[in-house]
Amino acid sequence: MNPVKQAVVWLNDPLNWTNPGGVLDRLGEHLSMSALAVLLGCLVAWPIGLWLGHSGRGGGLVLLVSNVTLAIPTLALLTILPLTFLGFGRSAVVVALAVFAVPPLLANAYTGVRQADPEARDAARGMGLSGGQVLRRVELPLAVPYLAAGFRTAAVQVVATAALASFVNGGGLGQIIRAGFGLDIAAGGGQIIAGGVLVAGLALLVEGILAVLERVVTPRPLRRVSRRANRRAAAATAGG
Amino acid sequence: MFLHLSYRAAPGNPWFSWQYVRDNSDTILAALREHTWLTARAVVIAALVALPLAVAAYWFRSLAASILALTGVLYTIPSLALFAFLAPYLGIGAITVLTVVALYALLVIVRNTLAGLNQVPPEVREAAEGMGYGRWGRLFRIELPLALPGILTGVRLATVSTVALVTVGVVVGRGGLGQLIFAGFQNNFYKAQIMTGTVLCVLLALVLDLILAGVGRLLTPWLRGRVS
Repeated sequence: MNPVKQAVVWLNDPLNWTNPGGVLDRLGEHLSMSALAVLLGCLVAWPIGLWLGHSGRGGGLVLLVSNVTLAIPTLALLTILPLTFLGFGRSAVVVALAVFAVPPLLANAYTGVRQADPEARDAARGMGLSGGQVLRRVELPLAVPYLAAGFRTAAVQVVATAALASFVNGGGLGQIIRAGFGLDIAAGGGQIIAGGVLVAGLALLVEGILAVLERVVTPRPLRRVSRRANRRAAAATAGG
Repeated sequence: MFLHLSYRAAPGNPWFSWQYVRDNSDTILAALREHTWLTARAVVIAALVALPLAVAAYWFRSLAASILALTGVLYTIPSLALFAFLAPYLGIGAITVLTVVALYALLVIVRNTLAGLNQVPPEVREAAEGMGYGRWGRLFRIELPLALPGILTGVRLATVSTVALVTVGVVVGRGGLGQLIFAGFQNNFYKAQIMTGTVLCVLLALVLDLILAGVGRLLTPWLRGRVS
């Protein structure tokens, strides 16, 4: 029986889905740790990115952060963080994933504020708005397409990277693939491919849903900007 | 691959230990060599495939949309899933790692090369046409040289991310320095070994990036003195 047929058989066995440690359990783990990591990333990256963009300083810092994180292997962070004060368990994995969510979020928040029309900014200043008010009422709304594009890139990246949490027994759908490799390629081939289908399917699904969501939250006049923001987001984060 | 560890000089599991590096220099160097070799082969193969693809997409607009869409979808697929799809066919070994990392590098180089080619100003293209350049002559004498900064950016990004990505090859037992990191984690969380692997990984990415930046400077003398 070839591996693809084996994979179909594996996916059609209801016990593989409902067993403890089955697909449904793993999917829950995968989504919850990804959601926490993206949330943590947003909480850290957005305020910093917006502020740096507003003050117009730190462009080099933003670039440095994305270059350095590109060079750090995911495996290294996943193995190092549990040995620090974070300890073993969910929190170390979530922090490791959040680190990879930061660059796209940070870069897009920064660019989003920087690209705001200088005339709109000057007009707001002329109307007597303070620095904080300019950021909140003018720059932030204009940066929405960029923030949304960054969020989508970051979320997809985190969902993809979360599969690697299985290396340190962190749970998630990657665990199914790892278990398949543990069996032996002949016996586990079907399970390996089935796990791959689940992991890839989830990433593509998240990408699709967020693309729709991004369109919904972007005000109509800014949709043209949104496409440009997407291209920039893709260029800013060419990581694995 | 078995890693022989020495615990005798590392009471208390420090983050870094020269003793460990000295005692295991053979293993460390072998891992570093494998990592570098995998990265180099992957990037070279990827570049050789990516350049013709990008040129095809540049010449035939209808191809460009589908090539970009395909690379976009492929890029969304997590590396572990790609390993899962290929390993049952390519087997457990270096060839699987090489294929996976070369595929990701390919995407980055195609996108950046195409962006570089699209940045060639239309006036330049028309002037070349007026001077009697054919399609190929224009490509090699005008368009590719002008797209060189884009291509080099692509190759540099691809190299740095490939160095990080090779570590995922641990799943088929050929992760280069990743093997060191992973074995350190499994052997009672031996911090010195994990840290040595990580630092070497980051250093390797940095060194390769600097080398490529230097090559880029040599290849594009007309850009020197200009702020890039």
